[in-house]
Amino acid sequence: MRGKYVLSEVMVGLWRNVTMTIAMIITLAVSLTMLGASALIFTQVNDMKAYYYDKIEVSIFLKPDVNAEQRDGLRAALDADPLVREVIYESKDQAYEKFRTMYADTPALIEAVKPGQLPESFRVKLKDPERYQDIYTAYNGRDGIDTILDQRRLLEKIFGILGSVQNMALVAAIIMAVAALLLVGNTIQVAAYSKRREVAVMKLVGASNWFIQAPFVLEAVVAGVFGALIGFAALAVGKWLLLDGSLADLTNLLTPISWGKVMIMLPLMAGVGAVVSAITAWVTLRFYLRV
Amino acid sequence: MIQLEHVTKTYPKASRPSLDDVSVGIEKGEFVFFIGPSGSGKSTIIKLLLHEVTPNRGKVHVNSRDVTAMRSWKIPSFRRQIGCVFQDFRLLPNRTAYENVAFALEVIGKTKAVARRVVPEVLELVGLGGKEHRYPHELSGGEQQRVAVARAFVNRPLILLADEPTGNLDPDTSIEIMRLLDRINRTGTTVVMVTHDSNIVNQMRRRVVEIESGRIVRDQARGVYG
Repeated sequence: MRGKYVLSEVMVGLWRNVTMTIAMIITLAVSLTMLGASALIFTQVNDMKAYYYDKIEVSIFLKPDVNAEQRDGLRAALDADPLVREVIYESKDQAYEKFRTMYADTPALIEAVKPGQLPESFRVKLKDPERYQDIYTAYNGRDGIDTILDQRRLLEKIFGILGSVQNMALVAAIIMAVAALLLVGNTIQVAAYSKRREVAVMKLVGASNWFIQAPFVLEAVVAGVFGALIGFAALAVGKWLLLDGSLADLTNLLTPISWGKVMIMLPLMAGVGAVVSAITAWVTLRFYLRV
Repeated sequence: MIQLEHVTKTYPKASRPSLDDVSVGIEKGEFVFFIGPSGSGKSTIIKLLLHEVTPNRGKVHVNSRDVTAMRSWKIPSFRRQIGCVFQDFRLLPNRTAYENVAFALEVIGKTKAVARRVVPEVLELVGLGGKEHRYPHELSGGEQQRVAVARAFVNRPLILLADEPTGNLDPDTSIEIMRLLDRINRTGTTVVMVTHDSNIVNQMRRRVVEIESGRIVRDQARGVYG
C-alpha cells in the first residue's frame, strides 16, 4: 500500500506542474547528453592512445655523410639503452622501397626521388612512449644524427583537438547541469508547497521523515531517469547520423566508437541523473520542509 | 507525565521572552487549562511539548522523555504518542472525514485493514457516525473539529494537546467539543488545553494555570477563569 501511495504521489506531483517537469527533463537530458558525449570522447582518446602508442616509433635520421663507426656506435648505444624496447635499422635502399610502395599511385613523386636520396634511419620503439624527451636529449646533436622525429607529436595534436572537444562538452554539461538542478530544486519547492497541508499533518501525527520526503525525492529521480533516457536517445541518434553517417570517413581514420561503448553510457547517465537529482531534491527539502 | 523546569523561551528578534522561567508539572490523567491573554506565551507551551520549538533555558520532559535534547530523527516516534487539536482544525480539504482520519494512520505505517477497523469506531466515538464520507466543506465547524479530535485520538495517545480548540466555534458547539475532550480525558488520556474562553473554563472546573507576560501567575486545582 505504501509503495502504491508513494508512486501515485510521484505521478500526481509530476503532472501537477507539467510545464516545469518538461523544462526540468529537457535540461537534464541536454546536460546528460553532454556528459555522455564527453565520457565517450574520454574513453575514445584512451583507446586510441593504447592502440597507436603501441605502433608509433621514434625515427632517428642519419646524416648523408655518416660513417660506419658513428652508425655502429649509435646502434650499440640504442641497444644498450634501458628506455628502448626495439631498434630497427632502415637503410637508404629500404627507405626507398618503402617510399615506392607508399606512393605507388603517384608515380610522379617516385620519379622525382632517386634511390640514395632518402636518409637511412633507426626506427626506435620505446618501452614507455611518454619518455620521448629523454631519448631526444640523450641523442640529439650526436655525430652523424640529422634529426630525431617523434610520431607521437603528430598524434598528440589530434588528441589535443579531441581533448578540447571533450572539455567543451564537459563545460556545457556542467552549465546545463546547474540550470537543471535549479529547476529540480524549484519543482520540488512547488511540489512541497502544493502539499504543505499534507506535510503539516504528516509531521504532526509523526510520519517518519523518509515517508514525508520519499515522494518528492522520487519525483526528482523519475525526472532524472527520463532525462537520461532522452539524453541517451540523442547520443545514439548522434552516433547513427553523424559518426556512422556523414562523418564515417573521419571516424574510420580514428578508431570507430562501438555500440557497446554507447550502451554503457545509458546506466552511467541514468545513474548520474537519478543520484544528482535525488541529492538536489533532498537538500532542497532540508531547507524547505524542515522535517 | 509532563514536566517543565525553569523553562525560558525567547523567539529570535523578540524583545522579551514568551516564557520566563516557567516550571509546571502535569500528572497522568490530568485535565489542565492554560489561560491568559493573547501573546502571554500559552501557545508556546504547546509548541515546546511538540518539540516544534526548543527552550533557550530549562528542561522539558514529556512521557518521561527529555524533549529538550531530542534528536530530530526521534521526533516522529515521539509525536505518535501525542494527539493534537488546533483552532483551525487542519483537515485536508480534498479528503473525506474518514480519509482524514485514515491518512493519519496510514502515514505512520498502519495498513488499510487497520484503518477500516479503527476509523469508523473513533468517528462513532466523536459523534460523527453516518457522516464519514462528507468532505470538510460539507461539515459544520463543530463537526470539523470533531474530525480533528478523532484524528488526534485514533492512535490512543497518552497526551492530547488542544490549542484553542473552541476558538472558531460558537458557545454551544464549544461545549459539545469540551464534553468530547472530557470523555477522552476519562479514558485516562492527559489533556492539556490552551484557551482564553472564560465560559468553558468556568464550566469545567478543572486545574487552571494562568500565564501573564510569560510567567505563571496562578495555578489552581479547580479553578475558574477569574
